[in-house]
Amino acid sequence: MYGGRKLAHTFGLFSVLFGVWLILSGFFTPFFLVMGVGCSVFAIFLAMRMEVIDHEAYPFHLTGSLLAYLPWLFWQVVLSNIDVARKILHPRLPISPVLTWVPAGQKSDLVTVIHANSITLTPGTVATAVEHGRIQVHCLTPENLAELEAGVLDRRVTALESGHQ
Amino acid sequence: MSLVAEYLSWPFLIAGSFFLLVGAIGVLRMPDFFTRLHPAGLVDTLGAGFIVVGLMCEAGFSQTSLKLLLIPVFLFFTTPTANHAVSHAALADGVKPWTRQKENDSS
Repeated sequence: MYGGRKLAHTFGLFSVLFGVWLILSGFFTPFFLVMGVGCSVFAIFLAMRMEVIDHEAYPFHLTGSLLAYLPWLFWQVVLSNIDVARKILHPRLPISPVLTWVPAGQKSDLVTVIHANSITLTPGTVATAVEHGRIQVHCLTPENLAELEAGVLDRRVTALESGHQ
Repeated sequence: MSLVAEYLSWPFLIAGSFFLLVGAIGVLRMPDFFTRLHPAGLVDTLGAGFIVVGLMCEAGFSQTSLKLLLIPVFLFFTTPTANHAVSHAALADGVKPWTRQKENDSS
């Protein structure tokens, strides 16, 4: 069971590496294809020696739920971009930054990191520290903080986790 | 077709430039280190995003657009990581975040 999963991660990593090789090379002659396979296999060999081939480094199991989550996150990023742009251009610079902790209900480290990265990607909030069960955030205004404390993002990210466990 | 794509690219490039410019203005206007991280996020997300989409319209369906698509993919992973590393280091070094309250007290 465990070995089979490891094989799947290795194969997934190979697909990603070889795919990136094809995109960047653009040559489909046998020589370049063999070179690509060789380089991908060598990179996998290095990754195996470093023991970094696991579900955390290559979270293929999250692909399905991420496809639903990322468009929503993207839209949030667009909205907060416009919001922060308006604050920057406002003559009186209406900001009142706060630094505090917000709860993070995720069980696994990987999904907690996705939560923290989502916070940072959204302008107006930056994750400055991550602990088990909570994330320290710096917010540009108390409204940004209230939005985080409402917990919509927290619930969305937690839903990612329940998808596979 | 290519002409349409070329005209389509301009709104995207202009929008991207707008967010890059606003981000730069924000970095200059913000009062301290932590608040400057926020306008920098503008540059990394919609600024870079719109510019890449505009360039992809110029390039059309080709290998170049796929390469361009890799840029936001890498930015998506590296930006939050770098941002977190920088802000975490600042906190660990004891940089005190600026607040509205402090300014009112001193004035």
